[in-house]
Amino acid sequence: MATNVSPLQSEPVIGPNQTYGSVTDKIANICLGKQAPPVFWYIGLLTGLALMGGLGHGALWLFLNGVGVWGLNIPVGWGFAIINFVWWIGIGHAGTLISAILLLFRQDWRTSINRFAEAMTLFAVSCAGLFPLLHVGRPWLAFWLMPYPNTMNVWPQFRSPLVWDVFAVSTYATVSALFWYTGLIPDLATMRDRATGKVAKTIYGIFALGWRGSARHWERYEIAYLMLAGLSTPLVVSVHTVVSFDFAVSVIPGWHATLFPPYFVAGAIYSGFAMVLTLAIPVRYFWGLEDFITMRHIDAMAKVTLATGLVVFYGYMMEVFFGWYSQNEYEQFMILNRMSGPYAPMYWMLIFCNGLTPQLLWFKKVRFNIPFLFVISLIVNVGMWLERFVIVVTSLHRDFLPSSWDMYYPTFWDWIIYIGSIGQFLVFFFLFLRFVPMIAIFEVKHLVPLSKKA
Amino acid sequence: MSKLFAVAAEFDSPEALLEAIGKTRKAGYTKIETYTPFPIHGLREAIGFKKPILPWIVFGAGLTGMCGGFFLEYWVQVLNMPYNIGGKPLNSWPAFIPITFETTVLLASLTCVFGMLAFNGLPRHHHPIFNYPRFAEVMNDKFLLTIEAKDPKFDPTAIREFFAADLGSSEVHEVEDE
Repeated sequence: MATNVSPLQSEPVIGPNQTYGSVTDKIANICLGKQAPPVFWYIGLLTGLALMGGLGHGALWLFLNGVGVWGLNIPVGWGFAIINFVWWIGIGHAGTLISAILLLFRQDWRTSINRFAEAMTLFAVSCAGLFPLLHVGRPWLAFWLMPYPNTMNVWPQFRSPLVWDVFAVSTYATVSALFWYTGLIPDLATMRDRATGKVAKTIYGIFALGWRGSARHWERYEIAYLMLAGLSTPLVVSVHTVVSFDFAVSVIPGWHATLFPPYFVAGAIYSGFAMVLTLAIPVRYFWGLEDFITMRHIDAMAKVTLATGLVVFYGYMMEVFFGWYSQNEYEQFMILNRMSGPYAPMYWMLIFCNGLTPQLLWFKKVRFNIPFLFVISLIVNVGMWLERFVIVVTSLHRDFLPSSWDMYYPTFWDWIIYIGSIGQFLVFFFLFLRFVPMIAIFEVKHLVPLSKKA
Repeated sequence: MSKLFAVAAEFDSPEALLEAIGKTRKAGYTKIETYTPFPIHGLREAIGFKKPILPWIVFGAGLTGMCGGFFLEYWVQVLNMPYNIGGKPLNSWPAFIPITFETTVLLASLTCVFGMLAFNGLPRHHHPIFNYPRFAEVMNDKFLLTIEAKDPKFDPTAIREFFAADLGSSEVHEVEDE
């Protein structure tokens, strides 16, 4: 029901003159094609398809020739595959944060962005999952990662962080999908009853599972949704913690740090919120959703980006501090090499993107300047990719033995698969925008009493 | 004439619906159900049905996932495939915790969603309430109150009269059973 508006909230969470009916109309008409998709939609989908073609091409070439087509070698045995994996999975984290953690904190501004933030999570995790699968070189044998009784009589090594990762990421993907779909059921029922075409009616009808909104059903539904939020909250923290263990449990200088779990989780939320901004800004503009994704949402997301960005920057400073304080020759060399070695430009770009740029978000003028904010969100996305590049490559390319030192250069096949994964994300996302209610209809109706009557 | 499932009345707001439920219960009807486009807090107390037991089942599923995950690891690393690596203990339980946690969450979440659907009797192909002629409006912005035919005081004519006159509902319809 209606919550009280705090006097501190200058901007409303919902535009003026909205009724229950107008909310349904606006969002359902997008899915049913009554509001024609903007030209931007066609451009986005076609771009995504073109890039995704590159992914297919790259993956085929990889399977024919093996992982040697990538720039990987010893000592840098982990290159783009892990960088992109961590980047994508980090982006996904904001979706769960918005849908689960902000639900538990009763933040009413989450309701109009949670659906597409969750969709973003799902699609980002699907892109993330692609990279370990490609990296194993023979993805048809990926089921070897699962514990099952087999004729080889071997089991996964359960003490290995890489096996933890398999469990964490597959659980995360499953729970994110469940959460997203559970949230969709009532809206799919609304779509079923509004669709006029036989095909649309049948498809929405099948996925709505016969939802009828009875009081007893809603009671169980709400409890189940709240429990899922409660389960997802520690889950999302555990996933990036486990991802950071992939590094932290090893003995490589620059990776072997207790700082990694909190710093990775903050970085994940930071990049994810930047990605939500990157997506929300064009979506609200091209689909005319300014009444649902108001300046209050944009402002709040920019603030979360700033807060988590500060945690990330603190992490960078602590890495430098511990490098010095450890009095360990290898750690000290790693930090100096990171700042002045062959990959120093990447490091300083990273400091620019993640350390300096977010400081602009202290200013209200910047947070309320949409084009400027959009550019900042893109810079943050690039910065978080650079962060993983710096962590993975600078630590590995200077091995303990100077005789094995080498440089890592990504090849064409590294790039085409990375850019192709962005294409896959775009294709999924643009299809979602067109055919699935991109804003949770039934949840936004709770905000209707807050809508000002003009 | 075919059998009736219920008599239904529409209301325009959650407040009107809650008020109508109160009056309906005062009039002595017991088999009451509502259909709404979004969850309304206070419906359970107003209609008077029990709290779902789903949370306890999810708790049990979480415990099962926790024990199952841990004992899978224990069985593999200690009993079935013990490897002595530098004399380190076989039951290195702290290293088993991440997977134990993930299996706990996985089993609890699956039980949570599928349990919710199972208790709700979903998926279901058809339900008599879909015979209500304006059901699309109920999934949009109307709030529906029904008294079902199994109510001991069920009398379609009296209920229609009660809905229209006493509760002031503008749309009152009989809903046929199949």
